[in-house]
Amino acid sequence: MRVYLDYNATTPVAPAVLEAMLPFLGDNFGNAGSVHTPGQRARAAVDNARESVAALIGAKPSEIVFTSGGTEADNLALFGSVAASTKPQKHVITTAIEHHAILHTCEELERLGIDVTIVPVSQSDASRGVVDPEDIRRALRPETILISVMHANNELGVIQPVEEIGRIAAETGVRFHCDAVQSAGKVPLDVDRLGVDLLSISAHKFCGPKGVGALYVRSGTPLAPRFFGGHAERDRRPGTENVPGIVGIGKAAELARGLLAEDSARIGALRDRLESALLERVPNARVNGDRAHRVPNTTNISFPGAGGEALLISLDLQGIACSTGAACSSGSTEPSHVLLAAGLCRDDARSSLRFSLGRPTTPEEIDYAISVIPSVVARIRALSPREPHTAAVG
Amino acid sequence: MTPTTHSEIERNAVASAASTVAVAMSGGVDSSTVAAILRERGVPVIGLTMQLWNHRRLPELMGSGPRQHRCCSLDDVYDARRVAEHLSIPYYVVNFEREFEQTVVRPFVEDYLAGRTPIPCTHCNNDVKFEQLLATARQIGAERIATGHYARVRKNPVTGRFELLRAVDDSKDQSYFLFGLTQEQLSRTEFPLGELTKQEVREIARRLAVPVAEKPESQEICFVPTGNYARFIESYLGEQGTEGGAVLAEPGEIVSISGEVVGRHNGLHNFTVGQRKGLGFAAGRPFYVLALERGSNRVVVGEDAELRRATCEVRDVNWIPCAAPDGPVRAHVRIRNRHEPAEAQITSLDATTARVTFDEPQRAITPGQAAVFYSGDLVLGGGWIAA
Repeated sequence: MRVYLDYNATTPVAPAVLEAMLPFLGDNFGNAGSVHTPGQRARAAVDNARESVAALIGAKPSEIVFTSGGTEADNLALFGSVAASTKPQKHVITTAIEHHAILHTCEELERLGIDVTIVPVSQSDASRGVVDPEDIRRALRPETILISVMHANNELGVIQPVEEIGRIAAETGVRFHCDAVQSAGKVPLDVDRLGVDLLSISAHKFCGPKGVGALYVRSGTPLAPRFFGGHAERDRRPGTENVPGIVGIGKAAELARGLLAEDSARIGALRDRLESALLERVPNARVNGDRAHRVPNTTNISFPGAGGEALLISLDLQGIACSTGAACSSGSTEPSHVLLAAGLCRDDARSSLRFSLGRPTTPEEIDYAISVIPSVVARIRALSPREPHTAAVG
Repeated sequence: MTPTTHSEIERNAVASAASTVAVAMSGGVDSSTVAAILRERGVPVIGLTMQLWNHRRLPELMGSGPRQHRCCSLDDVYDARRVAEHLSIPYYVVNFEREFEQTVVRPFVEDYLAGRTPIPCTHCNNDVKFEQLLATARQIGAERIATGHYARVRKNPVTGRFELLRAVDDSKDQSYFLFGLTQEQLSRTEFPLGELTKQEVREIARRLAVPVAEKPESQEICFVPTGNYARFIESYLGEQGTEGGAVLAEPGEIVSISGEVVGRHNGLHNFTVGQRKGLGFAAGRPFYVLALERGSNRVVVGEDAELRRATCEVRDVNWIPCAAPDGPVRAHVRIRNRHEPAEAQITSLDATTARVTFDEPQRAITPGQAAVFYSGDLVLGGGWIAA
């Protein structure tokens, strides 16, 4: 049996999405910038997609900028905000558990002379992995131009108090970016309720195609382009539109919006079943992250005494696909920066697996995972003389 | 759920079989051919490539020339992955950078700083490949590992012990680097190339259309792709700073055997016993490095004849087909790779220390290298040459 439990890494394209895209890889190949009829057809499709994406997050269509994905949306938000700011000194606030698309971009900003404050997250059992909005407030300076805090963390699934941070941003007049790549399609998103000025999403995390994402840019938010060479996306992201991809993200957004309530209830129940069965059957297993504030599809579990790499490979050989962290960190020797920031010791961080469920996940798949994982953990623990089985803490 | 394909069924079948063998795949022709041979025999195989060293760490050593062969380079992982794909076997990269640095790289640097000339490949075999990799292999359900080493292993039906033998192809024999393997390690190891010549291996690789069949061989130590050990050590120490606790390479005196100062050196790590070139001073006749003295930080030089010694002490001795013998043992002893084994008598001093007395004095017996004891093709054991 093949069981895919790594939907936070990527998802399959939904059949209806593929169906919607195919004409734009075939007969409807027009350039959305062209004047003629084929061009107009492409333009109409892009406009429709823009409306669907806007509807998913409660935005206006004119506030959607299509990009090549979440990483570009994050880069555009940060670099674009910095470049648009006229302040002589610039300061950016973010958190320790952001995706590398934010953290590595911030490192580059620092090399360019911009100050960056990285706010820690809670390491206490109850609220592990959650940022305290007051820490964001305390990090504010007169020269702060942007706060960037993710919505749902990709590794823990923990949802950050974005609304409260949005209020702080609004009170102080600082722009607020939110990386919502891992929450779009999993929990309801509304840019006004969240109080964000910029928000990133990526199609392939919610059954759309890879290679397309979007940045929401609230009307009136200054943003300098990072690409030059045309007028596409209202000058904010020049380049011939990826029409099939944009049609794909539009259809995926439409599906996600329609299925969200049903999906999250069903997937959440399956996740809870997997989680409680593993906690019951694997001695000393522990769930990482604030369980009360999570997206419904993700669980991150430490199996102390069993190395994550051996777990991952063993499970893959048994047909179960999961991950030890972000897909972008595969093969890395360092334990996950997210788990370390959330207060796990290095050994526990190295013994953690992320299971992330998706729309195609079935109860049979979860039953299979529950039947396989405990014995795999037991075997690896038994064959790990150099990493003594550590007692559970907390 | 995605539909199950034929290759997935195969992969799952592989995973469930009890006799699965993990092949240590470097991306080179030898280990790739091992995987192909086992696959052809119908043995369930999992390919594993060890990620041992991050070449981005010391960028000044990367060089800007054409592609250099490096173990753990993306090119090698790419090659190994391509071979695994060709053979339709499950394949994974496993990360042992921490273990490799701790048990191979750091001791390598410390050995050079202490005036020894280390063999990192042997430490890697003893402590990483046949230890950590074997452990991971067992954790993922493979009870045995196979490597591309040219050597043979067999179980002696009388003694019940596992024995290590030279490869059939003497020009490729790598038994010298494997003397440290324990009975437990040997019992779980296969060397499918030990019975083959390099020529035969290439022919098999071509017949099985292994993608790397024509790839040239690597000669250098994997984490020092340029072969310039001294520069590697200096860069590594620079990276570690004083926090790493490593001793800094210090300049010192070059002296004759009678203690006369004949020159200056820029760190013991630049020298190897027996070395002639690069002594950095003009001498009327050829001078060779006789010894590297850690305590006084001196390089002792002398004439060729003074390099010859009849005895050496060997520590951390591993006896393979037998326990440490009580009385003296006659054997052929190899004191460096490609050295023609010389007749000697070995006397155990205790369970893990021995004295080797050669019938004829040997040139440049070098601390840090291994002395490996042979009886014909059989490896009796070996140990590290002490200072």
